[in-house]
Amino acid sequence: MDPTALLLSRLQFAFTISFHIIFPAFTIGLAAWLTVLEAMHQYSGRPVYRTLFEFWLKIFGVAFGMGVVSGVVMAFQFGTNWSVLSKMSGPIQGPLLAYETFTAFMLEAGFFGILIFGRPRVPPWFYLFSTAMVALGTTLSAFWIMVNNSWMQVPTGYVLQNGQFVPDDWAQIIFNRVVWVRFPHMLLASYLTGAFCVAATGAWYVLRRTYRPEAHVMLRMGLALAAVLLPVQLFIGHLVGDYVHDYQPAKFAAIEARWHDEQPASEVLIAIPDSSTESNRYAISIPVLGSIIASMSLSSKEVGLSSFAPQDRPPVAIPFFAFRIMVGCGFVMLGLAWLGTWLGLKHRLERSRLLLWGIFLSFPLPWIAILTGWYTAEVGRQPWTVYGVLRTADAATPFLTASAATASLILFVAVYAFIFSFGTYYIYRLLRAGPAGLGGKSLDVPVPNRPMSLADKMPTIVEAGE
Amino acid sequence: MVTFWVALLAISILIYLLLDGFDLGVGMLCGLAHSEAKRETMLHTVAPVWDGNETWLVVAGVIMWGAFPLAYATVMSAFYIPVIVMLLGLILRGVAFEFRGKALRSRWIWDVSFVAGSFAASFMQGAMVGALVEGLQFSNGDYAGGTFGWLTVFSALCGIGLCFGYSLLGACWLVRKCDGLVRDAARRQIPPLAIGVLMFLIVVFAYALAEHLPILQRWTDRPYLFLFPLVGAGAAAVLATSVLRHDDYWPFHMVALIFAAAFGTLALSFWPYMIPFVLTIDEAAAPHASLAFMFWGAGLFVFPLMLLYVAVGYRVFRGKSAPAVDHY
Repeated sequence: MDPTALLLSRLQFAFTISFHIIFPAFTIGLAAWLTVLEAMHQYSGRPVYRTLFEFWLKIFGVAFGMGVVSGVVMAFQFGTNWSVLSKMSGPIQGPLLAYETFTAFMLEAGFFGILIFGRPRVPPWFYLFSTAMVALGTTLSAFWIMVNNSWMQVPTGYVLQNGQFVPDDWAQIIFNRVVWVRFPHMLLASYLTGAFCVAATGAWYVLRRTYRPEAHVMLRMGLALAAVLLPVQLFIGHLVGDYVHDYQPAKFAAIEARWHDEQPASEVLIAIPDSSTESNRYAISIPVLGSIIASMSLSSKEVGLSSFAPQDRPPVAIPFFAFRIMVGCGFVMLGLAWLGTWLGLKHRLERSRLLLWGIFLSFPLPWIAILTGWYTAEVGRQPWTVYGVLRTADAATPFLTASAATASLILFVAVYAFIFSFGTYYIYRLLRAGPAGLGGKSLDVPVPNRPMSLADKMPTIVEAGE
Repeated sequence: MVTFWVALLAISILIYLLLDGFDLGVGMLCGLAHSEAKRETMLHTVAPVWDGNETWLVVAGVIMWGAFPLAYATVMSAFYIPVIVMLLGLILRGVAFEFRGKALRSRWIWDVSFVAGSFAASFMQGAMVGALVEGLQFSNGDYAGGTFGWLTVFSALCGIGLCFGYSLLGACWLVRKCDGLVRDAARRQIPPLAIGVLMFLIVVFAYALAEHLPILQRWTDRPYLFLFPLVGAGAAAVLATSVLRHDDYWPFHMVALIFAAAFGTLALSFWPYMIPFVLTIDEAAAPHASLAFMFWGAGLFVFPLMLLYVAVGYRVFRGKSAPAVDHY
């Protein structure tokens, strides 16, 4: 295998998947929020919920479309660039992805059309049902992806036969403890992304003194959800760390920038890891805390990177910094959410302009946390694709040439940059225009005419709310 | 178990051909529509369903990976360039649905990317099928044809042929879903497109004869294969009369039948190979544990459910979908 083609394939995978995750992270949370809004509107009849629903549905549509098209790429890229991996792990990863497609993609795709175009054509209960099905689909999709990735992190329930991973215990593959901490971690991260985007939009409108009723609902709901979920997320994050400690000691050592075995271990808060000297420069560390975090003990021995052969060590700088950025984002969000909710309860939130600016500008934080969290997990898994069994260098398509890989990477970067800049611009414009922008001619997608619509025959509570 | 998954793979590919076929076809025909209103109307006939249609490509892809990992790995890596260009085409046309409606001055960009993306995806799909029919270069079961091994005169012809085929299907879809000017324009496009498809079939067949493509031997070995072209010819006859009678309903179904017949011919000529004369279905199949795991959940229960969602989706958006544009 050509080393340049290998590096380019890795870059291409990292680029396309980083791009892709931005959208599901957003739409998983947003779909759940849309379901809540639609249910609250049908239950209470308050027009503000319907206005918010229609507003966020447009943003959901753009983000969902970009998530779908960038996701299709992922299903094929395993075969194009990683043919050895797909040959070997196909019997396990293939069926898991098949379950994802069968249970999730089809559910989303089937009901997404109804969500966007179908309101005049179906009764309200069916519309709510469709919204819930799209939300369920996005969640199931995340579940199967986490099962799949967790198997690559901690391969289990298989035997190696004729150069293939042959499953011999599906229950162990799916109900593995690792899945059940990593899936909630990702799901909560998505809900937090949705919550912060909604709260940030609310804060922006309050700062601009427009859309008061909608902004009020968005701020309160977004912040309250984040305030409740963030402590849970930090706790689950700690459990994720536990699995890394137990199953992937080299990754754990890289995250902690721990070069040598220590007993009791200190915790490096911040430093510049230097792999040539196998030490940290400018380190600030706290004695014993490393053992407490890793093993809940004051005296445990923690493994350092030098205990692993050099060819089995992951790179250190990326997992080390990415992990710290993720945790940092988490604590900043926690502070904003708690402070905001507390001031909201005291009815002082709308006057605290400094905090509102903070909330408004915080919208990238959940994405940064998700991306850096994934970099920690995936770069920390190196040099393995399937941890401990299949090296990344051995997993790539053997006959892929550097020129083909260069061409495809350039094409991906060009097309993604193009659609990303327009996509974010359109989302920004929708957000800036706000809920009232719905009536605007230029922004409005024409509604199909409704000659045979079911809705014509039944009066809907929806219309009563308008 | 293997037979079940081959059947499901074949069904999924056929559903993909028919569903994304018409919506890629509408995409290409959009390039011929001169007014904004026409394009808008055409787009609207596929906007609620394109996402589901495209998902069948993923369904076929993951069935292939899960049930026939060897075939998946071989085909995808051998078709590196065409797969990636196809995906990028699908991306560009897919986002156009959402972006077009949000754009103001930049709407033309998304019209262009919708048409160009549809062409790129259709051409590459046709070229890949063509390359499989003609035969890729292998040594000891490993692909050895190089980056452009898939690109030949024959595969390029097949790419163009599929563009014609999809456009024909798209035109019939528009006849079925639209009224007024858009329908009339689409109806006028059917004869030239159908002739294009016919010409393509003749040229491809002549080429195959001249080059002694090994797949032709299948036809002498298996005379029952001639049944499919007969069905296709019958469907073509009904298509011709229904277009002449200005019928809106039948053309789409007849072209779909022609597609099904063509697909059946190819699939049965390949049998029992998955990649002709290199990899058989049984060699490519995943171990029983994988096939059974997929069968007892996804295959037996979820697959019928998926068909149900598709049916519900098309039922909700049934009938003539878009407003007439006579007043333009």
